Amino acid sequence: MAVVAYNAPQSVQEAVALLSGSAIKTKVMAGGTDLIIQSKSQTIEPLQIVDLKRIAEMMGYTLTDAGLSLGPSMCCAEFTALQDVKALYPGLVEAAYLIGSTQVQGRASIGGNLCNSSPAADTIPALIAVGAQCVIASAAGERRVAVEDFVTGVGRNCMQPGELLQRILVARPDPGTRDAYLRFIPRTEMDIAVAGAGVSVTLDHQGLCSAARVALGAVAPTAILVAAAAAALIGTSIDETAVAKAAAAASAAASPISDRRGTSEFRRHIVGVLVKRATLIAKERALASL
Amino acid sequence: MAKIHITTSINGEATEFLCEPHETLLDVLRNDLQMTGTKEGCGSGDCGACSVTVDGRLTCACLVLGVEAAGREIGTIEGIGSSDKLSIIQEKFLEHAALQCGICTPGLVVSAQALIEQNPNPTEAEARYFLAGNLCRCTGYDKIIRAVLDAAATMRGAA
Repeated sequence: MAVVAYNAPQSVQEAVALLSGSAIKTKVMAGGTDLIIQSKSQTIEPLQIVDLKRIAEMMGYTLTDAGLSLGPSMCCAEFTALQDVKALYPGLVEAAYLIGSTQVQGRASIGGNLCNSSPAADTIPALIAVGAQCVIASAAGERRVAVEDFVTGVGRNCMQPGELLQRILVARPDPGTRDAYLRFIPRTEMDIAVAGAGVSVTLDHQGLCSAARVALGAVAPTAILVAAAAAALIGTSIDETAVAKAAAAASAAASPISDRRGTSEFRRHIVGVLVKRATLIAKERALASL
Repeated sequence: MAKIHITTSINGEATEFLCEPHETLLDVLRNDLQMTGTKEGCGSGDCGACSVTVDGRLTCACLVLGVEAAGREIGTIEGIGSSDKLSIIQEKFLEHAALQCGICTPGLVVSAQALIEQNPNPTEAEARYFLAGNLCRCTGYDKIIRAVLDAAATMRGAA
């Protein structure tokens, strides 16, 4: 792709008009950490960039009694410094914190991570675990899609030409509900997930699990929500037996590939371990929030 | 293709340039503005040699389009210290021999300054994580980390 035009609209309406009215291939740019690299590839297909960083609502957030409404283009460095968000969604913040270096976090955004739709994206399982919803704007209006339904394949998602990811919504967790995200990489940081697990659990005042969501990354063409793993936790005190069952359900649901980052067998095993550990972290946080 | 006229501020100085939409901020700095202190290593956001700040936030100039600089405040290595008077971080890099070939050094100095501004008293682990996006193939990092921690301590003392 060869960037031949650049636009920086000031409003969502203006951005949507640019996306639907262009004769040449048009891509939105949030942080640009994926797009700018992709645009340097050898093909000469002309590309128009619509930069979202001048749209105030795409860069901000609100946290109310209803929950988090996140501008998808806010950079990860800013997002991970939001203490009010971290207190309620620690797992989502952990996932955002794992993306790239300090420099990359100064640009990369959660919306960009979602729309790039890599199977190994860290924020996608974390978003699924907290039940995040995408608000997608177009000239026709807006629609909402759950994050687990947003990504449709490797690098593919449900966004149609002329559509723009406008907001990411996450309901406010009640006391007793908290999340965690873990990934495995062979180094200490700055790597791509070999496997990842996002878990959210809800504990009642008796310490019993009344709701759970378990999502896996990098072990299938898209991040997946594993209902069987959540079912293994619900109704239990999240004891050793329940956690082992959830881990086994996660491993069973995984359909990983083998590549130089890890074999299929290893990924299937390690994703269970990550589910186990993330569940126990989420449980501790949920107990502390009661 | 028509070039785009950009008005920005680089190291506090009002600056104008013309650039094409595909040019990165790194291209503009080095090729158009002759500010070659910012180095190109990988060109893909992995090595940190082109570390700069945009509105005070650390990033890689190769991951920013030149046109995005409009109205922003860009900070580069040229804004840190001078030939007559090095910054404390630069002095500490010399004192600790924290460089060999020097290609990574401008990026590391920019990043170290961002670290110390954000966290004046970093632990070694915090410094290592913050600077993990600045690759150095010569030193093995130990001298760099010692220089950065010493600079932070000196700057705390001076403040």
